[in-house]
Amino acid sequence: MADSLEANPARSKWSMVGKDPYSMPLEKIDLSHPGIWQANEFIPFLKRLRDEDPVHYCSQSAVGPYWSVMKYKDIMEVDTSPEIYSSEPTIGIIDQFEEFTLPSFIAMDPPKHDEQRRIAQPVVAPANLKNLEIIIRERVCKILDGLPIGEKFDWVKNVSIELTTQMLATLFDFPFEDRHKLTYWSDMTTAIPGRGGVADTHEERWAAIQECLEYFQRLWDERAKKSSGFDLVSMLAHGEATKNMPPMEFLGNLLLLIVGGNDTTRNSMSGGVVALNENPAEYEKLRKNTDLIGNMVSEIIRWQTPLAHMRRTATQDTTLRDKNINAGDKVVMWYVSGNRDEDVLERPNDFWIDRPNARQHLSFGFGIHRCMGNRLAEMQLRILWEEIMDRFEFIEVVGKPERVYSSFVKGYTKLPVVIHRKKK
Amino acid sequence: MINIVYVEHDGTERVIEAKPGSSVMLAAVTNGVPGIDADCGGACSCATCHVFVHKEWLDKLEEIGPTEEAMLSLSPDRQNNSRLACQIPVTEDLSGLMVTTPEFQF
Repeated sequence: MADSLEANPARSKWSMVGKDPYSMPLEKIDLSHPGIWQANEFIPFLKRLRDEDPVHYCSQSAVGPYWSVMKYKDIMEVDTSPEIYSSEPTIGIIDQFEEFTLPSFIAMDPPKHDEQRRIAQPVVAPANLKNLEIIIRERVCKILDGLPIGEKFDWVKNVSIELTTQMLATLFDFPFEDRHKLTYWSDMTTAIPGRGGVADTHEERWAAIQECLEYFQRLWDERAKKSSGFDLVSMLAHGEATKNMPPMEFLGNLLLLIVGGNDTTRNSMSGGVVALNENPAEYEKLRKNTDLIGNMVSEIIRWQTPLAHMRRTATQDTTLRDKNINAGDKVVMWYVSGNRDEDVLERPNDFWIDRPNARQHLSFGFGIHRCMGNRLAEMQLRILWEEIMDRFEFIEVVGKPERVYSSFVKGYTKLPVVIHRKKK
Repeated sequence: MINIVYVEHDGTERVIEAKPGSSVMLAAVTNGVPGIDADCGGACSCATCHVFVHKEWLDKLEEIGPTEEAMLSLSPDRQNNSRLACQIPVTEDLSGLMVTTPEFQF
């Protein structure tokens, strides 16, 4: 149930923060609890499961029983077998309350998934990105040029959020002065109410989502009357498969695109700074050879894994490795674990900007649900780092990064930095 | 000797000697042919080894399987002669095969 996590007063009952993964029984390991993710203690838990129980059943958790798939190849198998591992009714580890359910194509199986995805896809296809590159670069430059030098500020707020928000506004052709609403709605969509995040209650969260719907309904109505433009709202309003979409489905797809383009890239933008600070030799390598930026972008996306997992639901009784999975079981693919699988990756815990085969990470998923905005995300990160390296010698992390309380969105709420100008 | 001809979107041609049992994707990647990303490493699950097969060769290829169809059908650039290079095994019969790589992989 959606509420079991927050309604449970004994929060500490489920938390593994501060515990040694090797001193607890395997079956007690519960990756769904946000604690170890916020505390950045997840790595040894993933390692133990990969080594000892790579298809792991957690029978008791705040989100109910679920399977964890830990190895790269098994994740690949689940992700590419939509007929066995369905994306319906939801791809979140927490089951949705019916009245709070928003349908969107990420949580649909073929053929409906394919029809709806095809409409939205061209806006983030590489041919269109060529046009967007100029706007993105302008906006990146403007943001970077406005940053204080030699003075402490929050990279998350001033760069990562600002840049992804501007990008979303561009993709939706959303009124620029209202763009911060997009971030707010996105954060509300993924929020767990009452956990110190943006939402205190379900009602507050739902009110924000309603406001989002009303706002976009107006944009939809305006654009449906005009000829089709090349923004996402216009494309949905004119597309054969989407123009008669019920309002909740419209909203669901919109929020999917907002969340998809917001949290993910935002946290890779912050993650890159963290990774380079933790690996000064790699930072030095980058200073000496900025041609590595393209490869580094893939490595950042692997290392950060901005979405830790995706969930599927078994449509039939099936077997994965030696485990019998029953129809209806929740199956969680931990991309973050597959991205650190020793069988596939050399030195998987190392951040290595010239890693060979860096592109073969799991962060975008594989199969028909593979991230639609992957090329846009890569482009934004590439441009950001090209412009950073052009200006700054060092973005120095000067305080402890604060992380999101979530086992899904793997990212940062605060990252204090000081920027040092490039030596001439 | 099995030769595969890769034509870049700008017309640049490269002839690669491919090993039987390999794939048109692998032959490209291992020989540094640009225009093919192959993010999933040949699992038919990313569609970033999309190629356009020259018409005269289309009939000589195995039919498109359901997984390849599912992946191709989501590509905005799909044409009648679109295939995923990882799903074309290199065989003696295919010596001389010509494929064009798209400007962008998506």
